[in-house]
Amino acid sequence: MTYEVVVGVEVHAQLRTKSKMFCGCTTLFGAPPNSHTCPVCLGLPGSLPVINKAAVEMAVRAGLALNCTIGASNRFARKNYFYPDLPKGYQISQYESPICEHGWIDIASGTGGMRVRIRRAHLEEDAGKNVHQTGANGSVVDLNRAGTPLLEIVTEPDMRSSDEVVAYLKGLRDILMYLEVCDGNMEEGSFRCEPNLSLRPTGQKEFGTKVELKNINSFKYVKDAMEYEIKRQTKVLSEGGKIKQETRLWNIERGETAVMRSKEEAHDYRYFPDPDLVPLKLERDWVEGFRDGLPELPAARAARFTAEFGLPKYDADVLTASRAIAEYFERCVRLFNQPKTVSNWVMGELARELNVSGTDASASPVSPERLVSLLQLVEKGTISLKVAREIFPEIYSSGKSPEQIVQEKGLRQVSDEGALEKIIAEVLDNNPAQVAQFKEGKQQVLGFLVGQVMKASGGKANPGKVNEMLKRKLTA
Amino acid sequence: MSIHKLSLCDLQKKFTAGEVSAAEIVRAYALRVGQVESKVRAYVNQAQESASAQADALDRQLKQWRKTKPLMGMPLAIKDNICTEGMPTTCSSRMLQHFVPPYDATVITKLREQGYILLGKTNLDEFAMGSSTENSAFGPSRNPWDLHRVPGGSSGGSAAAVAADECVAALGSDTGGSIRQPAAFCGVVGLKPTYGRVSRYGLVAFASSLDQIGPITKDVRDAACVLGSIAGHDPQDSTSADVPVPDYLKALAKKDLKKLRVGVPREFFAEGLDPEVDQAVKAAIAELKTLGGEIKDIQLPRTDAAVAVYYVLATAEASSNLARFDGVKFGLRAKETKDLADLYMKTRQEGFGPEVKRRIMLGTYVLSAGYYDAYYGKAQAVRTLVCQDFEAAFKEVDLIVTPATPTPAFKLGEKSEDPLQMYLSDIFTISVNLAGLPAIALPCGFSKSGLPIGLQLIGRPFEEETILRAAYAYEQATEWHLKKPVIR
Repeated sequence: MTYEVVVGVEVHAQLRTKSKMFCGCTTLFGAPPNSHTCPVCLGLPGSLPVINKAAVEMAVRAGLALNCTIGASNRFARKNYFYPDLPKGYQISQYESPICEHGWIDIASGTGGMRVRIRRAHLEEDAGKNVHQTGANGSVVDLNRAGTPLLEIVTEPDMRSSDEVVAYLKGLRDILMYLEVCDGNMEEGSFRCEPNLSLRPTGQKEFGTKVELKNINSFKYVKDAMEYEIKRQTKVLSEGGKIKQETRLWNIERGETAVMRSKEEAHDYRYFPDPDLVPLKLERDWVEGFRDGLPELPAARAARFTAEFGLPKYDADVLTASRAIAEYFERCVRLFNQPKTVSNWVMGELARELNVSGTDASASPVSPERLVSLLQLVEKGTISLKVAREIFPEIYSSGKSPEQIVQEKGLRQVSDEGALEKIIAEVLDNNPAQVAQFKEGKQQVLGFLVGQVMKASGGKANPGKVNEMLKRKLTA
Repeated sequence: MSIHKLSLCDLQKKFTAGEVSAAEIVRAYALRVGQVESKVRAYVNQAQESASAQADALDRQLKQWRKTKPLMGMPLAIKDNICTEGMPTTCSSRMLQHFVPPYDATVITKLREQGYILLGKTNLDEFAMGSSTENSAFGPSRNPWDLHRVPGGSSGGSAAAVAADECVAALGSDTGGSIRQPAAFCGVVGLKPTYGRVSRYGLVAFASSLDQIGPITKDVRDAACVLGSIAGHDPQDSTSADVPVPDYLKALAKKDLKKLRVGVPREFFAEGLDPEVDQAVKAAIAELKTLGGEIKDIQLPRTDAAVAVYYVLATAEASSNLARFDGVKFGLRAKETKDLADLYMKTRQEGFGPEVKRRIMLGTYVLSAGYYDAYYGKAQAVRTLVCQDFEAAFKEVDLIVTPATPTPAFKLGEKSEDPLQMYLSDIFTISVNLAGLPAIALPCGFSKSGLPIGLQLIGRPFEEETILRAAYAYEQATEWHLKKPVIR
């Protein structure tokens, strides 16, 4: 029997607010334990939460970008459970009235595009971190992260493969990063994904029993964990077994999933409206005001890049995945109207240097103007493409202009026929055998001779020109 | 007259005129507390040293100041569920016996800005859950009028301290009657402001949608004065209202009830009302009429449901509010525990008293999957009906008058074995919290055995001025507030 995979995904996206969801503490990552805390995020007796307006705005912008309906009246609710990293013994979240509902995004999938429906997205506060030490000190708690705003985004069970899930997650992450509401850092946990996966016999309508997967901090692990889980469940089902509803953790070292808790052990969260917070009313006009301010989103931009610049779909997708890269590319094209050439440089040389130095395109030490000036040197024939590629790392690291480096290193291309004539004559004298072969009809020897001329010129000879002159000489 | 017998407003006059220094005031109260505290047991922790230091500092500074503020130099007692930086805030619970908050409640910040003097923290039923202070982990306070009787609760320590002249005024908190019931039992004035009138920031939460801080004072003028000092919007409390604070003392200028329609809800004069209370309250209603009030018979038909609704909603919120006391971050941590679950269980077992445990269990139950709609959901719906009762009534009348409690103060131990009987002692005060209304309790007579009887005046939201005005007119026409207990 064959099985169909059915997946819905929960994502916890950390919002890029300066302060926490319900207090004024900073959300900066990496400070000494418990240094970014106050009575509110420590849950001290008597302290009260106050809603962070910036977090609400970010949630609204994300909701609009995800084609959601924005709730006019929002109620925060308490999710009650005991855990040491949860200072109040409850998490302030949203339950019955999430801020965003009924949205969708379109993603690329194997057979073309598909639509993934967003069931809801709601605001909540993050928990702290339990740190388990070995030895006598036992476990300790760091509450720096406690109270950081999260947007939990939940899809309908619309995906049918790990590839679709990864495509959805990439698409969602791109959108949130475009909106600058989430930094998308999966390793630091600012974009956490939990696929809910079930199998059913192909053709069956009813869903199977779902398993929730946790502890996944990269797209690769999303795929690995799901593929492992699909195999495991297929095996259980084909042997006549039943899948248990449970939460399973992905174990990176062992490359497998293991039970974290079963359905029976699941909490009764006893949700109820948080009486410390009054309902949050969002005026229609205020919400709509954010729609006008939304940036062009990745999918729309990619479509425009193929239509407007005639780029291949691959190039358009890569360039638009990051807002900063897309903007960099567009600034270049405005100055130098050869989109494919610019695309090659941005996706190649520039992306490589940015990756290595861990720099965002918006902070690139090589400005679009400077990259364009390099491309113009190639176009005018001042330097060869090869030289341009060779000196790019230096332009990137030294801060010098392309012209300056070409000048200093004497890399100007030699196209002057008089100068080339001399070198060519020398090469022909030194390689009589090859000259003879060419004359006998072995055309491919020409490449060897061009190479010899280039070498003798120290790479500065204009290869087109050399080619043309050699042909002329040999056939004369 | 001895300093400790003066009302806050009278003492303030003398202080402003330079007839008495802050140091003299603090000394006078230290003497008084020394005389009666061992009998009354109003305080959990006293702050005599810091009070003296504060007084000295004030006296030194005062020479440079031209104008004083209403509470400057006034020695107040604070219910021990209101956070005071650097001073233990125990909630009369073993759980917080050694808890010293690193921050002040907003009301404390406001009092400090006025230059008040903190005399000490007063006893309460553990986490404000109770009506007698018998649920305090540190033993009950006593009623100054009869030391064998309870002072009421949960703000029993504050009411007893005011009645026994162990402070000039006090702050309490009221979730279902916890200011008004003890004020009535102790023959003093207790005001529960409109929900949102006073910031809850720093009040250790019992039931967040019902809790409100308010003054317990020797007379109505003092209540107006203290309320004016603690009321107002607080950005740190989202449920505090952004409504301007009027000059409550000015509202007292009219010394009659002319043009005021006074509603008498018949449901509050039913079976179970002590005949002496019935008589005293009816006499008070007659007095309100003499003062120009138009007395009207009204109905509040959902009154009988209020106690049930309250014990679902208040316990539900409490079960969540008290979850943070888990032995991990602050307060008590049980020793020699096996694992995390054991740490939670032992800490909460050792830290909480029986009534708190009972309410946590009740509240957990009513929020549980499968029971939420039947209990919490239903109770919320009925709460709305209780509010609508009041809204309808306030279309016909400007204030409502009722007894504050069904009986005068009961004996220690009399009801502590029967939680339901204890819960019913708040039957006249609870619906006011459900509706978020302001209400004041003030003395309106004494039983034959010499126990105070309390009158309750209920007003529209944010119309504290109306009930203060009526209460003051009544107080001026009577002498109940001038009687002092003989403590023996």
